[in-house]
Amino acid sequence: MHPVIKLVAQRLALGLLLLFAASVLIFIGTQILPGDVAQSILGQSATPQSLANLRAELGLDVPAPVRYFNWLAGIMHGDLGKALTNGQDIATAMGKRLGNTLFLASCAAVIAVPAAILLGLIAVRYQGRWPDRVISTITLATVSVPEFLLGYIAVYFLSVQLRWFPSLATVYDGMTFGEKLYAVSMPVLVLVLVVLGHMMRMTRAAILNVMQSAYVETAELKGLRKFTIIARHAFPNAIAPVVNVVMINLAYLVVGVVVVEVVFVYPGMGQYLVDHVSKRDVPVVQACGLVFAAVYIGLNLVADVVSILANPRLRHPK
Amino acid sequence: MKDDLAKLIDQIDAARLSRRGFMGGVAAVGALATMRAPAFAADPNKGGTLKLGLGGGETTDTMDPGLSDSPVPFSVGRQWGDTIVNVTPGGEIEMRLAESMSSDPEGKVWTFNIRQGVKFHDGSDMTVDDVVATFKRHSDENSKSGALGIMKGIADIKADGNAVVFTLTDGNADLPYLLSDYHLIVQPKGGVDNPNAAIGTGPYKVVSVDPGVRYAFEKNADDWDTTRGHYDAVEILVINDATARTSALQSGQVHMINRIDPKVAKLLARAPGVEVKNVSGRGHYVFIMHTDTAPFDNNDLRLALKFAINRVEMVDKILDGYGGVGNDTPINAAYPLFSQAAPQRVYDIEKAKEHYAASGHDGSPIELIVADTAFPGAVDAAALFQQSAEAAGIPLVIKRVPDDGYWSDVWNVKPFCASYWGGRPVQDQMWSTAYLSTADWNDTKFKREDVDALILQARSETDVAVRTELYGKIYKIVNEEGGVICPMFNDFIDAHSDKVAGWIENPNYEMSGGFASSTTWFA
Repeated sequence: MHPVIKLVAQRLALGLLLLFAASVLIFIGTQILPGDVAQSILGQSATPQSLANLRAELGLDVPAPVRYFNWLAGIMHGDLGKALTNGQDIATAMGKRLGNTLFLASCAAVIAVPAAILLGLIAVRYQGRWPDRVISTITLATVSVPEFLLGYIAVYFLSVQLRWFPSLATVYDGMTFGEKLYAVSMPVLVLVLVVLGHMMRMTRAAILNVMQSAYVETAELKGLRKFTIIARHAFPNAIAPVVNVVMINLAYLVVGVVVVEVVFVYPGMGQYLVDHVSKRDVPVVQACGLVFAAVYIGLNLVADVVSILANPRLRHPK
Repeated sequence: MKDDLAKLIDQIDAARLSRRGFMGGVAAVGALATMRAPAFAADPNKGGTLKLGLGGGETTDTMDPGLSDSPVPFSVGRQWGDTIVNVTPGGEIEMRLAESMSSDPEGKVWTFNIRQGVKFHDGSDMTVDDVVATFKRHSDENSKSGALGIMKGIADIKADGNAVVFTLTDGNADLPYLLSDYHLIVQPKGGVDNPNAAIGTGPYKVVSVDPGVRYAFEKNADDWDTTRGHYDAVEILVINDATARTSALQSGQVHMINRIDPKVAKLLARAPGVEVKNVSGRGHYVFIMHTDTAPFDNNDLRLALKFAINRVEMVDKILDGYGGVGNDTPINAAYPLFSQAAPQRVYDIEKAKEHYAASGHDGSPIELIVADTAFPGAVDAAALFQQSAEAAGIPLVIKRVPDDGYWSDVWNVKPFCASYWGGRPVQDQMWSTAYLSTADWNDTKFKREDVDALILQARSETDVAVRTELYGKIYKIVNEEGGVICPMFNDFIDAHSDKVAGWIENPNYEMSGGFASSTTWFA
């Protein structure tokens, strides 16, 4: 078998195994949460009678291992179950939220990834001179400010004072694509600022590393333009670390933006998860955990595979 | 009239006038206004889409009014549904889906005549059977309804012609107040088949529902009450983040918001185009001691702690002035039949020391459990309490615990903790929910036969003067011997844009009692 195919197959198998292990951890984690689901659903208004009624209805009397395998079997069939709190089908409800999250993440990624790489290339081209310093300082500053504060600053100036963009990013069925884009403009701006610095710095560092190589010197001696050397000769060899950091940031855009969602009232996965955690809605928490794990593992797999494919020694074995 | 108002506002600015004085002044100005221009509020504009930005909604919310337990489901229910009676801002009973009511002299058998010709949103007629089925659903022992507790005293519900007849186990002069509970929305066939259908008789019909995100409504063209519902459409956007809520109002994306943090209310009131509305309600913040657990079973120690708290400072620092001072009872002047039967307790280091010495407490630290969820500012309030108690030589230690599990593992379980009460429309409900020996939520474990007897006696007493006196007696006992330390009553603080007119102050609940979209209009 071609070594690349073998390597990729190994990675995929490992990913699946990891996902399986994650599902066990998620299940155990949700079982040892303090408090009682029925109590949490009813909150302060719980009476012993209504508590007993709800517990019986939720089937909380079945032992945990049985529930785990029932749950796993359900997932294999694409059935994530029903939310305990409002009886909605989880797959349907979460599908919509996941769609929203992916929409926001893609909008941010479409801007942030090319911008980060381009800025990284420019920073290397003018290394140590003012464009490099300006780019580095600004991206470091935006990455250092907590994202909720960035959000509030953006809201204050762009929504309340100038009224250019809406401070609420609520999207719902029936909005046109253009309306949705306008609605998410503020959270996209904040997310871009948050992830830009990390990716740009990594691009810059990886390329600078390659720039020490002898073949770059050769290219310089050949009289190639500096930017051509960076883009054509150095960047392809720096692609593995760059893809890695891009994927980590993409994963963050999908699973880690709950704070931005809260600030801009965006109906994404993070808010959905938090609501259900606070109500101990275990099936939803498990489903969300699994989706997040799958996204993380999946994107890291992509990074691994791209690194493998970007390595000529693996692509062209002797 | 404008000048009178401006004068009042100036006085407020100069802090020469208490808030109560301001309210009185405003009432006087309002009275003048009605005399000079009787048609001032009589002609609301029609049309437009009102957008409400509300905190307190989650993805897990349902449309079943019985399960409604937070601000957004409450407001959603107010759009599409009606109860048979309401409580007016003045504390009177107002007929809604019931047309008239009567009771026997003991308050044991109540008859409510149901309004005829009212249509549900699906076009079917609202009948007395729907009303009976609704009350039966909420009083079913297997129901998860939040109104189950208040339906307990009803032995029988039946239809009699066009009337619903309630037979109670004991007389209750307050039954209409209990039936005004916001869970008790009349649904077709009582909502037994589909409690989440959200079909009712309210001013707005449900168009789309996205729990925790957005609810859309359109005007109910066949509304039986033509004096309400002036908008073409209403949207409720769920905005749980307080800062996001205020900035949405300031940037004009929503017209009304609820639950404003007292700390920002003053600042928000200064913002252009925004009006902050605060009304003192019956909700109160408390520190509760279990009177059956040492050391709190000693009344001298309880009194020592009650004298060791600085209520005025709490109202100033925790509520930023948006509230009233409590008097270690759950009742304030916002309740009907209120009488100040015990003098206002003040921070008194000498008396606290005296009672602390008399209690013979061994000087070991007294643990006060607190979490942020107990009430807004609970942790800060506990710190203030600790300092004021320390001045009287009482060693309080604060144990801060996570919000998770607070209502199941701490409140009503641990002997000394912070908590809040939303208040109830009438005194009987407040006393019977938390101060009756048999109540599930007797969170001070205050079990006194004489208080039980007084509560039950007052409940069936129809003579107002006697009833007021009975409630005064309970007030005095709880103030002097109860386990509740009540430093403050909190205001409901809402805000709306200056595009909205016709806001009515309603102490029953936030958002003008939930009726903001029914009564207001675009100016």
